[in-house]
This record gives sequence, structure tokens and C-alpha cells, in this order.
Amino acid sequence: MSRPIITTERLGKRYRLRHQAAPYATLRESLAATARRFVTRAAPAATAEDFWALDDVSFEVRQGDVVGVIGRNGAGKSTLLKILSRITEPTTGRIRLGGRVASLLEVGTGFHPELTGRENIFLNGAILGMTKAEIRKKFDEIVAFAEVDQFLDTPVKHYSSGMYVRLAFAVAAHLEPEILVVDEVLAVGDAQFQKKCLGKMQQLSAGGGHTVLFVSHNIAAVAALCGSALLLRRGRLVTQGPVGEVLAAYAAELRPTCEGFNARSRRGTPTVCRVVDAWLVVDGEHGGRIDWDSPFEIVMEVDVEREMTVSPEYLIRDNNGAPILFSPTGLQQGVVLRLGAGRHRVTAACPALRLATGMYSIDLMLAESGVRTYDHCESALQFEVTEYRSRPHGFRFSQQHGLGYMPFEVRVTAADMSAVAPATGGAG
Amino acid sequence: MSIGSERHVEELVIEAGRTDAHYWRELWRYRDLFMFLAWRDLLVRFKQTVFGVLWAVLRPLITMTIFVVIFSRVAGLPSDGVPYPILVLGGMLPWQFFASALSEASNSLVANANLITKIYFPRIILPASSLIVALVDFTITLGMMAVVMAWYGYLPPARVVLLPLFVALALVAALGPGLIATALNVKYRDFRFVIPFLVQFGLYVSPVGFKSSVIEDRLGPAARLVYSLNPMVGVIDGFRWCIGVEQDLHLQALVLSVATSLALLWLGVRFFRGTERDFADVI
Repeated sequence: MSRPIITTERLGKRYRLRHQAAPYATLRESLAATARRFVTRAAPAATAEDFWALDDVSFEVRQGDVVGVIGRNGAGKSTLLKILSRITEPTTGRIRLGGRVASLLEVGTGFHPELTGRENIFLNGAILGMTKAEIRKKFDEIVAFAEVDQFLDTPVKHYSSGMYVRLAFAVAAHLEPEILVVDEVLAVGDAQFQKKCLGKMQQLSAGGGHTVLFVSHNIAAVAALCGSALLLRRGRLVTQGPVGEVLAAYAAELRPTCEGFNARSRRGTPTVCRVVDAWLVVDGEHGGRIDWDSPFEIVMEVDVEREMTVSPEYLIRDNNGAPILFSPTGLQQGVVLRLGAGRHRVTAACPALRLATGMYSIDLMLAESGVRTYDHCESALQFEVTEYRSRPHGFRFSQQHGLGYMPFEVRVTAADMSAVAPATGGAG
Repeated sequence: MSIGSERHVEELVIEAGRTDAHYWRELWRYRDLFMFLAWRDLLVRFKQTVFGVLWAVLRPLITMTIFVVIFSRVAGLPSDGVPYPILVLGGMLPWQFFASALSEASNSLVANANLITKIYFPRIILPASSLIVALVDFTITLGMMAVVMAWYGYLPPARVVLLPLFVALALVAALGPGLIATALNVKYRDFRFVIPFLVQFGLYVSPVGFKSSVIEDRLGPAARLVYSLNPMVGVIDGFRWCIGVEQDLHLQALVLSVATSLALLWLGVRFFRGTERDFADVI
């Protein structure tokens, strides 16, 4: 009964990577290069490199489907959405679209901070492709959905980030295009509002026969919302099918990099004992994604040549490779393992670290504490800290704010110290 | 709008290098966006500055005063009985309009880079709607000129009603080069430094501080025609004719100016459409 509404045939998108410091071409530079070529007759240095952000991607989406687009960073998800929403052109291949596409690649595109909520609704609506009459018709609904009616005539620069996001999503949600393309916009906003947005999207697809393409890293949201999914890897379509299968394939794909032991940055060549494998255990399973408030375990498999004593040491590095947490178990806790020749499994249980969201890596070391290091695998394991379980007040704790969270208890006391009144507890 | 009922679904094909057959129809569909973008620019302008509307009046007023003083004291052109400031304003107003329209248009894409990378719409709407801001400024200065005329007790002839035609010509003359400039601005970020220079240069080759008839008087009628290849010659001469500063309209010259304006517009649109598919990738 449902007809294909999106058909892509061998879609490809090539970008030229420019190997130079300046982010933009300048006329001066181009002219200078031309002049140089003219003078020296030399071929220009090959500084451009082709990069296929999408390569030979063909798939079909039927009307009314809600399709999740998943894949790791750089898999080509955003490029695909940009081509579908006609922001950029494909280099090869073709797409047939059977209806109007509205894209929500960012929350509040075109919002102007100086303009009021009311003015921004009209502006944003027009930018998203609504006519003035359509916006007028939907205006009350948008305002009700966004719950900003008291602040309609306040410039949005005075809005809280939550209000801003609500208003922006509300406008987009009332577009009612045949095809709605949504990119990761739900990463902002509080849990309750996210639920509302997901509900709205569900309602669009179920009630109106709208087709939704939904890119997200939020696996739970994809699983809840989408019936089928596409998995992209390095620009290629890996699989398309029912959401459960595709998510399973994605989870399998995540494992090697997020959990896999990587000894490429080993320092020196270990002789008497060495780390041969390692992984992380999250919630009793192998995993590379750790909720910011959850404990996890680091498991190492160690080969030892002869009976000896070693202490495992762990060092956590942030996204930039800077060391942030160090656990020299031998020095600090007197952990000295007496291991016989053969293979051993060494498990370190780590409490909830409450690190900011983002990528981290772990150095694994085997040492005779304070004396020598037998083996040191730099950034041997990688993990990502997420906060999909709890996101109080819509706040996203990212590495920009700081790497760690301090659970302070805040009290207020009278300045004369005579009256002491405990106030708020540790705020999340 | 609900699916499939009110509108028939038409298939859209996205493909590399495909020239969109519905380009102009699509443009029409986005006409509301055109107005909203112009409206946004105006609103923001008046909200952001402390003086608001006053600023829009003050800026041209100051330039106008300087212009009138300099040209009336220094240049001393013959004015044929028309009050001198009106003679000067007749050249300066359309020029200022053209210059600001051109610079607004040429900055329009880069200034809206966030929209271009996130949303699809016919890109040409951005430079086109930016002209509206210049048009509003121009209307304000036009009002000031009316005040100056009243001050001198000068009544323009009835043909002043034709003024909008020349305003439209100025818009066309600004849009063509503006489209080229704004597209180049996306690719070459230093191109914006070239534009003020071009505008400055244009001021001297346009009949702002003198009359076009001077060219004919000194260099002959053929030179006048060559000179009219500058689109602003037609705009400024026509403007002066409308307000009665100039008694005759050199029709051949006007036709030439209109032709160059249209040719530039055609070139501009072509160049813009040829480059717009890459805007989101390079901006």
C-alpha cells in the first residue's frame, strides 16, 4: 500500500580536502598562485585530496516509515541528510523524492536573538519553507507546544536554553512536510521535552503518513521511534532493515574501537610480562559507552613468563590525550599481584567517575611500583562517557565545562554564624 | 496541508549538475521568505542600534550635508535656476542607493552562512531580499529630499511620478553585480575588500558630481553613448529628469544603460546559479 517516497540510486558525495592552514580560499592567494605558475611554469603542488563522504549509497524508504540513520562520527549521516534536504548536491547518483522535505539539522536555524519569540516563529517558519498563511494557521498550536506564551514578546536572547529549544522544535514540528529529516536535535532539551518531541514525531508518522528520517546517537530513541534503520560506515551503506537488526549490527561495529584492545602505542618491547588483551565491562557486558554516573570494570589479560610480582597501573586521558586520572595501584594502595607463569585476568573495578561526556582513553601499565615499568600500552582502550540515563534540567555536561564533576554540598549560613540553615543538597 | 489531498505530489529528482526546471516556480513559492528576510534585517537594524530609526535618518543626512557643502562650494556647477542642493541630491541619492544596495547584496550570503549550511531555499533570495534594506534607506532619504525641496520652495514637475521606474532600474543595476560579488565573496573571503574600492571607483565614473551632458559638450555625442554603458548614467540622468533638474531625457543613452543593466543582471543570475550548488560546501 505504501509507495517508495525516497529512492536513492548509487549516491556519492566527494569533498576536496585542502591541505593548508587557511580555512578559506582567498582571491589574493589564487591570483598569486596563478602568477607563480605563469612565471615558473611549474605544476601546482598537489594539495587537494579527494574524500568520499558518501559512496555508492542506494536505498528506498516507503511512505510513513520512520527510519533511523545510524553510524559513527564521519560515517556520512550528516552528508546524507544534507543531500536529502538539498543543501548540497550529490557528486554522483540520484535521489527521487515523492514529496516536500523539511529538514531540522539544527535547532533554531535562523533564529535571531534580537527578535521576539513571535517574530522568530514567523521568520523560522518561513526559513523552513512555510508560507505566511500556514504559519498564521499554526501559530497558536506552536506557541502551546513550546509553552512560551508568556514570553512571546520577549527577545529570544533572554530565553533560557530550554525555552529556546522548545520554541525551535515547535516550529519545525508543525511544518507537516511529507518527509521530515531530523538530525540529532534532541540532544538538547530536557528529558520531558525530548519525550514530547519523540511523541510528536511518532504522531506525524502514524497519523499523517509522514515519513521521518531520524539521525541520532541516542540508541534508545532510535529503537523507540524508528521501525527500520540504515547503518552507514565510512560513507557506505552497511545494512538496511528492521531497527533491531540494524542496531545490533551497529552495536557490533562499536565494539572493536570502543572496547577493542589497541597496542599500537606500546612503549618499548615488553619482555617478562605483557598485556595481551583488555576490554571494559559495563553493566556486566563488554562495552565502550559508559553512563557518566555508572561504575565499570577494566579487564586485562596478562601473559607472564615466570613467577613475579607486578602492580597494574591505569591512566585515563581525555579527548586530547592529556592525562587526567592516574591510579598507580601499587604505590597508592599497595596492590602487588603475585603471578605465576602463564595467562592471568586482572580486573579493576572502577567507581562511577562522573566524567564529562565525550571520548576518553586508558593507558594500561604493568609495573614494579616505583622501580620499573614492564609494559605500557598507551591509549590501549577507548571509551565514551554518555549521559543517556540522567540529564537533569536539560544540562549537558561536556568537556568544555570541565572534565570532572564535583558533588558539592551547598549550605547557606547567616553571616554572623548564629543561625545555620541548611539549604539545597548536592545539585546535579 | 495534508498529504496527498490538497496538493498533488510531484516527484523531485536530486542529481549532480541537474539544472532545476522549476527554479523560478520554486522562487515564487519562497516569496514569503523573501519578505521575512528583508523584514528581519530591518527589524534587527532598528532594534540593535540605540538610535533606531533616527540612525537611518541621521546617516544619510550627514552625508547629504557634506555632499551639498562640498559640491556647492568647491565644484560650482551651473545649476540652471534649480537650487544647487537639489541638483546635487539628484545625483547623490540614486548613487548612494546603488552603492548601499550593492554592498548589502554582496555581503548577504556570507552574513547568512548559518542558514545556507543548514536549510535549503533558493539562495538567490538572500541577495535579493537584502536590496529591500537599501530601498528602505533610500525611501527615508527621499523623504529628506522632499523636505529640502519644500525648504527652497521648489516644486518638481509632474513627471516625478515616473521616479519608481528609475528606482527599479537602479535595483536591477545593483542586483547583477551584487550577485556576482556575493558569490565571489563565498569563495574568496578577501573579495569583500574589493567591493568598497569598486564602489568608490564607480562614484567617479558616474555623473554624480557633474551632468552627463558635460561629456557630450566636451567629447562629443559618441562619447556620451559610450559613457551611457555605465548603468548608473541612465539611473542618475533619469532621476534628475524626474525631479526636474534635467530638462531633457537622452533616450538613446537611457536605452543603452537599461541594456547594460539587464545584461549584467543576466550575467549575474547565470554566474550565481552556476556557483550556488557549491555554496553550502565552501561557505
